[in-house]
Amino acid sequence: MEGELSVSGEHHDHDHDNHYSDMQARVRALETVLAEKGLIDPAALDVIVETYETKVGPRNGAHVVARAWSDPVFADWLLRDATAAIASLGYTGRQGEHMRAVFNTKDTHNLVVCTLCSCYPWSVLGLPPVWYKAPAYRSRAVIDPRGVLAEFGVTLPEGVNIRVWDSTAELRYLVVPQRPAGTEGWSETDLASLVTRDSMIGTGLLHRPEVST
Amino acid sequence: MSRCDVASALVSSPGLPRSREGDPVFAEPWQAQAFALTVHLHERGLFTWTEWAQHLAHEVHRDGRAADASDYFDAWVAALTHLLIDKGVAEEGMVLALQQSWQRAAEATPHGEPIVLENDPQRCSTHQGV
Repeated sequence: MEGELSVSGEHHDHDHDNHYSDMQARVRALETVLAEKGLIDPAALDVIVETYETKVGPRNGAHVVARAWSDPVFADWLLRDATAAIASLGYTGRQGEHMRAVFNTKDTHNLVVCTLCSCYPWSVLGLPPVWYKAPAYRSRAVIDPRGVLAEFGVTLPEGVNIRVWDSTAELRYLVVPQRPAGTEGWSETDLASLVTRDSMIGTGLLHRPEVST
Repeated sequence: MSRCDVASALVSSPGLPRSREGDPVFAEPWQAQAFALTVHLHERGLFTWTEWAQHLAHEVHRDGRAADASDYFDAWVAALTHLLIDKGVAEEGMVLALQQSWQRAAEATPHGEPIVLENDPQRCSTHQGV
């Protein structure tokens, strides 16, 4: 339970996270030159970046979840050593960044936040959505998780526990949502297509696409 | 998944990694950032599709590139840099100095605070008003 809302204790020693690779720094440098010359419109650029934010990695995370649903051995590995299990599918984060998978059950719902900044498992989930980085989410997810979930349209039955996990530079979380009912026998690819980014942060639930009306 | 139809010609850049749906895919956030930056500059008319395609092809086929194209976006960023140099927008030494300045700024920024160029302890000596 070491990561579960220990709030202050987990955020020490973050200094080493602030390192730019040559390529990261080069892209920032080009942006700086262009901004100083008035050749880019930062707001318009943000919109384009956001358009692509969902295309970095949510499919990677969806693949991990679908594999866990389909393969109990993999699910067990993911539970015990998420960093290694996820890396076995070819998705690796920055050096020194560890992953932990937290599984939703009928009794427990998991929600991920980074209270201090915006640590996020981008290798599996892509770029963080704007709301994840917003102070409102970061502070309220801890104080009032049910209220925050309601704003995402998620209402959990009474009696379901909500666990909030506070990310750090060294340890990041992937929520494994519950497999939707009625998907027995589905292929891994079809299962992966059901998994949304928000469900892997804990701000969304999954439903079968053709729910009976 | 895409809220707006991104019909940028750059999506058809040769060799761009794409998903089954035809969307570009990125391994790391800076790659998406570089892609978005290029799309934005192209939309603003800073260069033509042909100019871009030529620069990109040149960089992608340069000797020493990885056979599995794992360094595709390194080539992408090099192509963008050279295109900006050709256009007289940037020059190599200035870009390199800024790149190193950003790296020093990142190291000097406590975790949790936004990394800004002003955090580079040597900024005044390396970057005097571009």
